[in-house]
Amino acid sequence: MRTQRVFALSKNNLKRTTREPAALFMILMFPIILTLVFGFSFGSIGGSQTSSYKIGVVYEFPEGSSQTWSQRFIDGLEGTEILEVQVFATIDEAQEELVQGKIGGIIIIPSNFEEGCASFAAAPEDPSSWENATVQLYLDSGSMFATQAIPPIIQGVIESTIYAGHETAVQRPIQIGSPSLVEASKLTAFDYMAPGIFAFASLFLIMIVGESFVLDRESGLLRRIYTTPTTSGEFMASHVISNMLLAIIQVVLVFVMAFLVGYRPLGGALGLVMAFILLSVFSLSCVGFGLITASLARSPGAATGIAFIFVIPQMFLGTFVTAGISAGAQAIGKIVPSFYVTDALTSLFLRGAPVSSPTIILDLTALIASSVIVLLLGVLLFKKYGRA
Amino acid sequence: MGKSALVIDKLVKKYEEVTAVSGLSLEIKDGKIFGLLGPNGAGKTTVINVLCGLLKPTSGTASVGGHDVQKESKKVKDLIGVCPQETAVFTYLSGRENLELIGNLHAMPKEKLKKNVDELLGKLSLLEESKRRVGKYSGGMKRRINLAMALVNDPSIVFLDEPTVAMDPQSRRAVWGFIKELRKKEKTVILTTHYMEEAEELCDMVGIIDHGKLIALDSPIQLKKKFRSKNLEEVFIKLTGRGMREGL
Repeated sequence: MRTQRVFALSKNNLKRTTREPAALFMILMFPIILTLVFGFSFGSIGGSQTSSYKIGVVYEFPEGSSQTWSQRFIDGLEGTEILEVQVFATIDEAQEELVQGKIGGIIIIPSNFEEGCASFAAAPEDPSSWENATVQLYLDSGSMFATQAIPPIIQGVIESTIYAGHETAVQRPIQIGSPSLVEASKLTAFDYMAPGIFAFASLFLIMIVGESFVLDRESGLLRRIYTTPTTSGEFMASHVISNMLLAIIQVVLVFVMAFLVGYRPLGGALGLVMAFILLSVFSLSCVGFGLITASLARSPGAATGIAFIFVIPQMFLGTFVTAGISAGAQAIGKIVPSFYVTDALTSLFLRGAPVSSPTIILDLTALIASSVIVLLLGVLLFKKYGRA
Repeated sequence: MGKSALVIDKLVKKYEEVTAVSGLSLEIKDGKIFGLLGPNGAGKTTVINVLCGLLKPTSGTASVGGHDVQKESKKVKDLIGVCPQETAVFTYLSGRENLELIGNLHAMPKEKLKKNVDELLGKLSLLEESKRRVGKYSGGMKRRINLAMALVNDPSIVFLDEPTVAMDPQSRRAVWGFIKELRKKEKTVILTTHYMEEAEELCDMVGIIDHGKLIALDSPIQLKKKFRSKNLEEVFIKLTGRGMREGL
């Protein structure tokens, strides 16, 4: 592989994006506008109301029993300054309030909660002596905040109040969802959307890649390139490199715009580096889907239409648009690469999970695997059907 | 006798039911301008595409510069320059950037590339406009950049597929002069055209192809003599019973 060729072609691809108004808009201007519009509409600028959400708590154990751990847990929930706790005597009472939308969710603290916490505190290194307890949740499915933010907040409170000082333990007697720590003190709807916006912006690379390959084929430029000693590997490598660079530029632009409208993600510099890595890997799948698009499409117009077949499902199942989708759709979402980007970025930026946390590592692994598969499939299809 | 720049042996190319090239055999010597003539759809571009390694022949063999086009396509591509029939230029790049890109794809050293680019832009009267994007060029200028891109790597064998199609007479004459200069530099040029006067003006040898078959092969003078014709157009009519531009 000659770096001179790869570099020249990568530079050419980048020039195309920056000099063609339509490509420039889709890749760079669109994410900027999207972030600004969403940031102003749902962010902290303009005084959006976000400081606290009501949540119901129901104790399943009899009145008068010890409430040391559950009280610590409730104090922890209120200490987040995000949740306002209201205790209900029965589940029915709480559910009535939930149905009427007066509260965002219900936490049912089980009868063996105290025993579970106490057994962990007594022998944190001995899982065989723990009593397992499950905290049940009822959430308002129509509320993005309830479905996306409450479970990690509760998990974070459990981590900090009950398991404090024992972060290395893998098994836990009390479980809710995936383990992560919530450090946010004031969150807006935009804070929940932002991770998905990063993935959403990159999705449009599919359309740009698909259209550019079809245009190059139509105008004879692909044939011209293949009359030079350029190999398929060099040609594909140039597209991977240039689109990775574009994805990184997009991350920077979205981040800067989001920052300007008041977005302050957790995760620090390491989190941002991980975001670059995630979006760069994600761009591989976008190039792959672009190649599949170009293999199927016979004209640039058709490429736009076909690209949407890959953009729409990823948009609905794996970006900020996922709020309120059914459990079934959420399960299906795990087949699209964008799901893993958004999930990892949510853990990083919203929950402040460390880059080495299992959730991030698992998401990154799944993203690498799915992106490489899509890219290889795209290369194979394009070599067979897309070049002529 | 000079070395062979190009040898084609019983070349066949079929597209499903259609036979585009049928048992073509041909040898072209180094440093000659060879004209491949025929009406639209005769199979000229298919032959060029096979020789450039863009198409796999159905059967038969072809070698360019002594290298088999199938087995040693990379070595072949190092030797050749191709000017396609369509104006295949990067419209968002400047004229200079178009040439530099192709030069880089041929892995040319920076200094040599700059020298060749300046020389070509000068000879094709594009130096002043070299920094403007090609998308803003006139049709004739785009055709000239298309031609320059085929020559920027200083190839020893040049394929020019209808290089003057859709050009005004003045630009056509300028390109003819340019092609004659290639002969002086002892380049081998394979030129496809359906302009008979172009072939008569430029070519040392011509091969007339019709329905994918080579129906005549000689120098323009010999062909005219043999068929007692005033020009190659008449030769073609005598060979096929129809005019070159009547199509198939």
